[in-house]
Amino acid sequence: MNTSATHSEIVKTADGIPLKVSLAKAQRKSRIRGILLVLPLFAFILLTFFIPIFDMLFRSVENHLVPEVMENTSKLLVNWDDRSGELPSEEVFAAAKMDFEKGHAERTILRVGRRLNYETPGFASLFRKTARRAKNFEPPYQDAFIERDKRWGEIDTWRLIKRESGAFTISYYLAAMDLAYAPDGSVGMRSETQRIYLKLFWRTLVLSAFITFLCLFLAYPIAHLLSTLPIRTSNLLMIMVLLPFWTSLLVRTTAWIALLQQEGVINDLLVGMGLLSDDGRLAMIHNATGTVVAMTHILLPFMVLPLYSIMKTIPPSYMRAAKNLGATPAVAFIRVYFPNTVSGIGAGCILVFIISIGYYITPALVGGTDGTLISNFIAYHMSISLNWGLAAALGVILLVVVLVLYYLYDRIVGIDKMKFA
Amino acid sequence: MKKFRQISLALGSAAMLGVMGVANAQDLVVVSWGGAYTASQQKAYHEPFMSNNPGVNIINDDSAAEGISKLRAMNEAGNVTWALVDAVASDAIILCEEGLAEPVDHDALLAPAPDGTPASEDFGNLIISECFIPSIVYSTTFGYRTDLVKEPPTSINDVFDLEKIPGKRALEKRPIGNLEWALIADGVNPDEVYNVLDTEEGVDRAFAKLDTIRDEVVWWEKGAQTPQLLADGEVVIGSTYNGRLFSAIEEEKQPIAMMWDWQVFDLDGWIIPVGGPHREIIGEYLRFATDTQRLADQAKFISYGPARKSSAPMVGKHATLGIDMAPHMPTAPANAKNTLLYNYVWWADRKDDLTERFNAWLAR
Repeated sequence: MNTSATHSEIVKTADGIPLKVSLAKAQRKSRIRGILLVLPLFAFILLTFFIPIFDMLFRSVENHLVPEVMENTSKLLVNWDDRSGELPSEEVFAAAKMDFEKGHAERTILRVGRRLNYETPGFASLFRKTARRAKNFEPPYQDAFIERDKRWGEIDTWRLIKRESGAFTISYYLAAMDLAYAPDGSVGMRSETQRIYLKLFWRTLVLSAFITFLCLFLAYPIAHLLSTLPIRTSNLLMIMVLLPFWTSLLVRTTAWIALLQQEGVINDLLVGMGLLSDDGRLAMIHNATGTVVAMTHILLPFMVLPLYSIMKTIPPSYMRAAKNLGATPAVAFIRVYFPNTVSGIGAGCILVFIISIGYYITPALVGGTDGTLISNFIAYHMSISLNWGLAAALGVILLVVVLVLYYLYDRIVGIDKMKFA
Repeated sequence: MKKFRQISLALGSAAMLGVMGVANAQDLVVVSWGGAYTASQQKAYHEPFMSNNPGVNIINDDSAAEGISKLRAMNEAGNVTWALVDAVASDAIILCEEGLAEPVDHDALLAPAPDGTPASEDFGNLIISECFIPSIVYSTTFGYRTDLVKEPPTSINDVFDLEKIPGKRALEKRPIGNLEWALIADGVNPDEVYNVLDTEEGVDRAFAKLDTIRDEVVWWEKGAQTPQLLADGEVVIGSTYNGRLFSAIEEEKQPIAMMWDWQVFDLDGWIIPVGGPHREIIGEYLRFATDTQRLADQAKFISYGPARKSSAPMVGKHATLGIDMAPHMPTAPANAKNTLLYNYVWWADRKDDLTERFNAWLAR
């Protein structure tokens, strides 16, 4: 078919349809078939990954419990001016009585108490105490409430309920950033003794960066060796890299405990050789050192493999050519070899950094007090304190931090430079 | 949003169910802590019940440690597959308040004592929540290495005394128990501990006392850690559940001894999940498994005290070691000279903020 010769003429197929249309039709068909093939995977990822994650993240702002269970009260509290210095009207107390009575019958009111207890300790017992008796309250309800517990006569109590009676809340995010509402409604830093999360985010980033650096430092020579040795030897070495990778995470972590603890193998050796006195044994586990050592070991293969696959593609002739042209080995490495491995370094570093930022089991086992990471606290709020809103807020912040770093990486190094194989 | 959430969670739990295999009509999924504890329940409760009721098959699920969060997820998905859950008392209170556990009428559901005392009196003040059916009393107490201390510790003060007991000590990584011990060791009248903790100065005082040993503490999170740390000589004294220490001392013959002073009593028992399956059989099971004889039987297999008063005189010998179990119970008079039942109601209010403060203190 010669298109240049029949320039003005429209090429048609046998049944008279223009070739272009016919081609597009055929291509559309195969495209649809292609989409249909990936559809199950897409649906699977949507249902088991995106929807649950979105649902979990949504919990960091949603607050349906309070307005739903205390429906009457929260509607009336909208009109109450919390700066007036006066308690809400009798009408509000009457509504609260109804909400408490209904919530007690439906067994929902104490959940509100636990929810508000996250904001101000004491609300759990205040609600527990009140819920049991609310159905016997007689008007005037204000007096009945205050008689049951004097906290109902405090403006701060009602201020908190008013503040948290909307369908959405930012209080989880405030808590996740060590901020809190003052009683007058303004936002400020929490007291020194309660601040923790900012420090943990910072520690997580610093330790992850340090672990990434250590992995790179250790993996670069290994990967280089693997890529230059004859295939028989390098395969053997490769298995030695992969073997720990296939071993259970818990086994490897526990092995590090046996090695690093104060009565452990390494300390025993050092004491035996006379390098340490018996009461001067090193504390290498249950602290940040333990986390760094164990995590570097566990994540090392994630650095070795991308580096290896990139180094494997660099022809040895490059280095020979550089030396032939008069470069010293160091110059040849810096100006020829190293720039060729940058894409592997990028891939390995981002892999190790992102995995370590969300690492959880190893720091929980060997981290002690200064080696635990933010993910350990997310896990705590998920499974122990049941404060899923705060866990979600911490998770969202972590996700945003990772995305920002990823964006910066793209701007500085370029994502398209990253190669895994 | 709610509907959408139910769908997504239902899909999630449907996937989980697919992995576990579909349960038969008479399969009861009973959730507990695993290890020696589930084994003791299997021997004392499950096996006799199953041989009396041939159609019933009890399946042990060892996920009690994540019990409250999993139960909440199942509840939101509207698909509760657990028939019965073993929970510590403080979790039972949370589950009850979250509407995840069923309130029970203890006298209607449970068997009276052999002398006719109603169940509610036989369990007495251990029924700390209307949803909670107590089964054992356990305690968090201290074990120490007999060969690594110069003189044996005798009181809680010694835990905070670095001169008398030099070396590392293991404490649980949570404020509960530790704050109380710190105040008692600081000279606060044990009856006044919670009143003191109610004030900001009281909390400061407890943390100041913990500050004095802070650098010498290894913090544990799982009950098995302290026996291991003691066995390795990593710590010379440490707190853990008394049953763990019992097996380290009597079964593994480690050079460890108990220090019972101001042991903190805690309770463990059953809750019935809201919306759970097989309510009828569960009722029968609970009546059987929490009667006087069964609770006494469990103590043959593990050194936790039965929750019924009427069971105490019936505690016999250990099933395999053949030693008399009564002196190893936390409730035995010689061990229970100074005890603290931790204040569940108080901690229900203060757990969140004091845990945050405790963690901030640790991270300092």
